[in-house]
Amino acid sequence: MPIKILKQLILVGMVLIVGVGHSASADQSQANQLIDTLAAQLKDRKTLPSAIDEIAASDASQKRVWLESLLNGRLYQRKSDQKMVLVEKSGSNFLLISAADGSSLGEVGKREVSKIKINNSLRAKLRGAISAMSIQDPDPQARLAAIEQMMQSLGEPEIAAINQQLEIESDDKVKSLLALANQIHALDHGSSEEKQDAIESIGLNTRDDVVQRLQVLALSEDDTVLAEKASTALDKILQRISLFEKIETLFFGLSLGSVLAMAAIGLAITFGVMGVINMAHGEMIMLGAYSTWFIQQAFPGIIEYSLIVALPFAFAVTFMVGVLIEYLVIRHLYGRPLETLLATFGISLILQQAVRTGISSQNVPVSNPAWLSGQWMIDPALSIAVNRMVIFLFCIFVFVALTWLLRKTFFGLKVRAVSQNRQMARAMGAKSSRIDSMTFGLGAGIAGVAGVALSQLTNVGPNMGQSYIVDSFMVVVFGGVGNLWGTLLAGLSLGVANKLLEPWVGAVLAKIAVLVFIIFFIQRYPRGLFPQRGRAAGD
Amino acid sequence: MMSLLRGDRGGQVVLSILLAATIVLPLLNLTLPELHPLHVSTYQLNLFGKYLCYALLAMSVDLVWGYMGFLTLGHGAFFGLGGYAMGMYLMRQVGDRGVYGNAELPDFMVFLDWQELPWFWWGFDHFPVALIAIFLVPGLLAFLFGWFAFRSRVNGVYLSIISQAMTYALMLTFFRNEFGFGGNNGLTDFKDILGFSINAQGTRVGLFIASSLAVIASYLLCRAIVKSRAGRVVVAIRDEENRARFLGYRVESYQLFVLVVSAMIAGVAGALYVPQVGIINPGEFSPLNSIEIVIWVAIGGRATLYGAVVGALLISFSKSWFTAVFPEYWIFALGALFVLSTLYLPYGVAGFKRNRVTV
Repeated sequence: MPIKILKQLILVGMVLIVGVGHSASADQSQANQLIDTLAAQLKDRKTLPSAIDEIAASDASQKRVWLESLLNGRLYQRKSDQKMVLVEKSGSNFLLISAADGSSLGEVGKREVSKIKINNSLRAKLRGAISAMSIQDPDPQARLAAIEQMMQSLGEPEIAAINQQLEIESDDKVKSLLALANQIHALDHGSSEEKQDAIESIGLNTRDDVVQRLQVLALSEDDTVLAEKASTALDKILQRISLFEKIETLFFGLSLGSVLAMAAIGLAITFGVMGVINMAHGEMIMLGAYSTWFIQQAFPGIIEYSLIVALPFAFAVTFMVGVLIEYLVIRHLYGRPLETLLATFGISLILQQAVRTGISSQNVPVSNPAWLSGQWMIDPALSIAVNRMVIFLFCIFVFVALTWLLRKTFFGLKVRAVSQNRQMARAMGAKSSRIDSMTFGLGAGIAGVAGVALSQLTNVGPNMGQSYIVDSFMVVVFGGVGNLWGTLLAGLSLGVANKLLEPWVGAVLAKIAVLVFIIFFIQRYPRGLFPQRGRAAGD
Repeated sequence: MMSLLRGDRGGQVVLSILLAATIVLPLLNLTLPELHPLHVSTYQLNLFGKYLCYALLAMSVDLVWGYMGFLTLGHGAFFGLGGYAMGMYLMRQVGDRGVYGNAELPDFMVFLDWQELPWFWWGFDHFPVALIAIFLVPGLLAFLFGWFAFRSRVNGVYLSIISQAMTYALMLTFFRNEFGFGGNNGLTDFKDILGFSINAQGTRVGLFIASSLAVIASYLLCRAIVKSRAGRVVVAIRDEENRARFLGYRVESYQLFVLVVSAMIAGVAGALYVPQVGIINPGEFSPLNSIEIVIWVAIGGRATLYGAVVGALLISFSKSWFTAVFPEYWIFALGALFVLSTLYLPYGVAGFKRNRVTV
């Protein structure tokens, strides 16, 4: 991987040299000589300000580095030849880098260089000049970052640079941030009227720095009009923030719910449609997650697409494992649901131990592709993790696909027929044993697909399936056996309930509360939220 | 007593062996010198005692699963509660010999900076209180669980699943430090039981004898229940719940009675188990443990009672042997046992003798 990057860098370098031509770089290196020609002026406290101006106005590519070094006290002059150098501390010595061309000039003792000293007013001047430089960056993202940086400490030099940029800025996002910086400055230093205007034009902004300033202003006693204005604005903003917090909790709940629902779908099929208790269901999820890991290990070059590849792969692997389990064990236990529970539990132990001895008893690392990481920022007070969003949507997609499969295809028709009345379906020509094996494979395959999704959220290890099995059963039973949409709704509502309770009682108690709720719910409504009706419900 | 065992050949054999072991093993331990080939070390005796607790637990599961048809995946909860009740008594007996030397509070409470004993620990200094709790707490939980479940006619798989949820919820609860039962670490570092040092040879022998007698007594109790009229009704409920209901039996009362008795037996098993292993922690509540109990019963043979005892002892001994010889493969063996026994041995070891489950 690093070699690849290096090659790319070399390539880019060559393109630059060939494309831009030799003359431009010659100009640059000439411009960069400026620092050495200004050496005498830099050294003299009286001429230093004008030298700074000259540097800021020049077109030297290194000018920002010079000014930053000067601000940080890293700009020195070499006594032997009056050359300007940047220093890096190395023990008691200094490592010298030429300021003009960035070449290394070796290590020298402290005495052989002298520092360019600055005072506070020069510091302000330098900061202003650097800010002005950074917010003129051609890349809008870099400009945004530069403004954010400046907003940490807004002083006169920064504001001057901001106002200057505001006049020529074309990007809307940058423009509004510039305006906000200006308004925040007004909140800090403006007259009472300016402050009131600023409060009005800031409006409903939920940024921390705005809220902090409004909180201060709302408490000011000598200007009651301003204080009142600030506190009304603050109330509105706080309301908005609490609304966002609620939305965020809801999203967390839906995200957890989609995980629960994902884990439970496969079970809803095997348990709901076939009446088979598959305790090895969690291990199917685990195998799916390990498939992701396997794909990433086998093809390290395609991490970005690994999930797309892993989805069909995991489905195929777990489908086959499922069909095998059905053929070897489940087939012989139909009509004895409680015993399938024991047998499949044995299978789950075997699968876990097989992974432990075959791969490792430790968790394996599964990496997240770049397009799945990061936050989707809707507002300063509301951002949503991309991977959770994608998994939520994926969960919905799987449900829709599965419903389509069961409702609209001939295979689905046969599955439903066998699940409702095995004898009659056989009489009508459905090969029930074949259907059973396909259905069980489908349930296992869906669990495998869920495993791929879950590998992006949790640790992947031999025990990961166990943590889902109890939850999955709860979701299926709560939703009503044999009802896919009930499963989805149950998963989502349990997830939301869990997250709503969490701030009050903590994560563990919330989970316990939900469990106890389900226990009581099932005792009251043994057939779940959406019981099957009609003859299919049977007894 | 003999009338209870009439027609129960398996029970007669198992109880006879057990009774003989109760007398002979302690004698071999106490009287023979250590190097004698027939000497039974205290460690081995302790191990047997532990397995007898498992046998007791398995019997309690057989009572509800074999005879009542409720495949319980949560009996570890009753076992654990009984164990915690005993553990609390043992904890109070530590007195000021803990690490912090605080006579008022157990170590973990001192560590959590608690000022006084929470109310649910009151009275556990006295053995009779602990004894009552050993029966009452699991019994009460079983009563509540059964009261709600049986009255709303939850059955089959659903009942199994919510029993699993029950023990899972208890595990999560006991893992919490704030709950007041030692959290993750549970209760340990016991010193005395009834004034005897818990590690002394004599105490170990006493605990072994107590466990063995408990198994025998519980066997007779369970046998009395299943032989009684009520026991026959329970079996009828297992086989045809609706028909039993139509015949006028209050199905849920019978079910509730059996479940509560079974939970109490499981609680006693837990209480005898804790002093012998020296620790009780929330791991006992894990769903995995509860399922393992079921497999003991399945291997031994359902609805026989003695099958449960045989199954528990058989699997526990093979677990010890396997984990010593092939530590990697025990889980494989256990898994295979689950699969093969359900496929090929639906009536367990006891099923070799007869082909149908009858009472």
